[in-house]
Amino acid sequence: MSLMLNDFLPAAPEIFLLSMACLILIVDVYVPERYRLVTYQLSQATLVVTAILVMFLYPTESVLTFSDSFVLDRMGSVLKVFVLLMTYFAFFYSKEYLRARNLFKGEFYLLGLFAVLGMMVLISGHSLLTLYLGLELLSLALYALVALHRDSTAATEAAMKYFILAALASGILLYGISLLYGATATLDISELHSAIGSEGEGRNIVLMLGLVFVVVGIAFKLGAVPFHMWVPDLYQGAPTPVTLFIGTAPKLAGFAMLMRFLVDGMGGLRGDWGDMLVLLAILSLAVGNVVAIAQTNLKRMLGYSTIAHMGYMFLGLIAGTAAGYAASMFYIIVYALMAMGSFGMIILLSRAGFESDRLDDFRGLNERSPWYAFLMLILMLSMAGLPPFLGFWAKWSVLRELVAVDMVWLAVVSVVFSLIGLFYYIRIVRLMYFEKPTDHSAVAAPGDMRVMISTNALAILALGLYPGALMAVCISAFAI
Amino acid sequence: MIALSDFLILGAIMFCLGVAGIYINRKNLIILMMSLELMLLAVNINFVAFSHYLGDVAGQIFVFFILTVAAAEAAIGLAILVVLFRNRQTINVGELDSLKG
Repeated sequence: MSLMLNDFLPAAPEIFLLSMACLILIVDVYVPERYRLVTYQLSQATLVVTAILVMFLYPTESVLTFSDSFVLDRMGSVLKVFVLLMTYFAFFYSKEYLRARNLFKGEFYLLGLFAVLGMMVLISGHSLLTLYLGLELLSLALYALVALHRDSTAATEAAMKYFILAALASGILLYGISLLYGATATLDISELHSAIGSEGEGRNIVLMLGLVFVVVGIAFKLGAVPFHMWVPDLYQGAPTPVTLFIGTAPKLAGFAMLMRFLVDGMGGLRGDWGDMLVLLAILSLAVGNVVAIAQTNLKRMLGYSTIAHMGYMFLGLIAGTAAGYAASMFYIIVYALMAMGSFGMIILLSRAGFESDRLDDFRGLNERSPWYAFLMLILMLSMAGLPPFLGFWAKWSVLRELVAVDMVWLAVVSVVFSLIGLFYYIRIVRLMYFEKPTDHSAVAAPGDMRVMISTNALAILALGLYPGALMAVCISAFAI
Repeated sequence: MIALSDFLILGAIMFCLGVAGIYINRKNLIILMMSLELMLLAVNINFVAFSHYLGDVAGQIFVFFILTVAAAEAAIGLAILVVLFRNRQTINVGELDSLKG
């Protein structure tokens, strides 16, 4: 079987991204220090062109290529566009932060681009091997990114902890994959699905063990409780732009990984992994929301809030209908938008030598800058899930799908935990509006950054008023 | 004739040793990385054994990829270890406790 040009076409965005990343790697070596902006601009241009290619190739039906190990489908295309968009914003937000700290180097953007390539391969993986390779390409780039600030004790410690636990997760996932391979004699996702059978007729002990290991591995990677230990440390220790990047785009890839492994590959065992996800979801909601209350560091608090949001994302998958998957996807995209805005605010308020990542740094923000206090208000209330912000619709859509499959008790449990979660989001609002500032310096951020962060936060308000369009995109991704 | 189950038991024991090494070891990061490698090697044994008994070559190809990725992973892990040692003058797992809350 020979590869024709047509076989390469579905992977054109990835191939373009890879070629450009290699080109930028060479350009970056020869560009003098004062023209370092060239690397940044080339990276941004690459992301834009890749996104255009992905949209241009938006498929009407799933296309398989490379001996069925790579799939181009609607869900993948939508997720890829959002991954590229998030990365564009993340690169944009980090520019001034990195410059002020003498970290404005080509490595950040190159590792970022390779991580994006990993995410795109992971999203499009249609064999256990491609999924694994995409995941590792993503993880390896992220390990190095976390350690980017070499002289920071906290960053290197966070990098080490992240490395050990993520590598452990890869090992567990791989062990699961090896058992799946042993039980079904195939690495292909579709063949895996048919070997298991639509009702799990092919169930046996090896297969079930494999499923357990795969679920644990994925839960580790997503940071669901009880496999969440690395998340708060990583969020707090890593430089803020890296936290911003890790907290947004890879979450979308993580959702794709769940879909490919559990729904596309092991859909026949839905009853089995559904129960495991229920447990993970409840624990994540409980630990994430309750422990976040005790935090004094905003980045760490957002780390715990991520854990809780992963719990909500599981809820749509537990519902197990096409509408439920669409709701989960909507949730994860909305979450990534909100996390981007929140970490963007931390970057915006920081300056060289001052990280602005403690809750106290937000004290009296309304007096220093009413506009940014208002933007932060939008972001926090949206994260808490209050109407009319986008976060409300995200929670509403997953809960609606849960109720539609008669899992009212789980919906009630998650609402109770989101009420507990409301407390720590509202606390930030109180600090900003009802307390006196300790620091009176004006917010010093360049104009383009101000415009972008305002767009980001106002988009959450605007999309919250008209959620139909984004929801329709997610639903169409699962319509067959 | 060695049965498939023998290989799987060997793989499972090696995998458990690796996981135990990560959780029990509180002294040395390098031993921790060796445990990580041991886990991946256990997976390789599984793959090769399954591949042989199923008569399917895909599992052996997977092993090549795992070996390559493990090498890259070890390189990055050791690089982080060097940076960490320069900052803290220690590779003791128990002393990595500046991030808490």
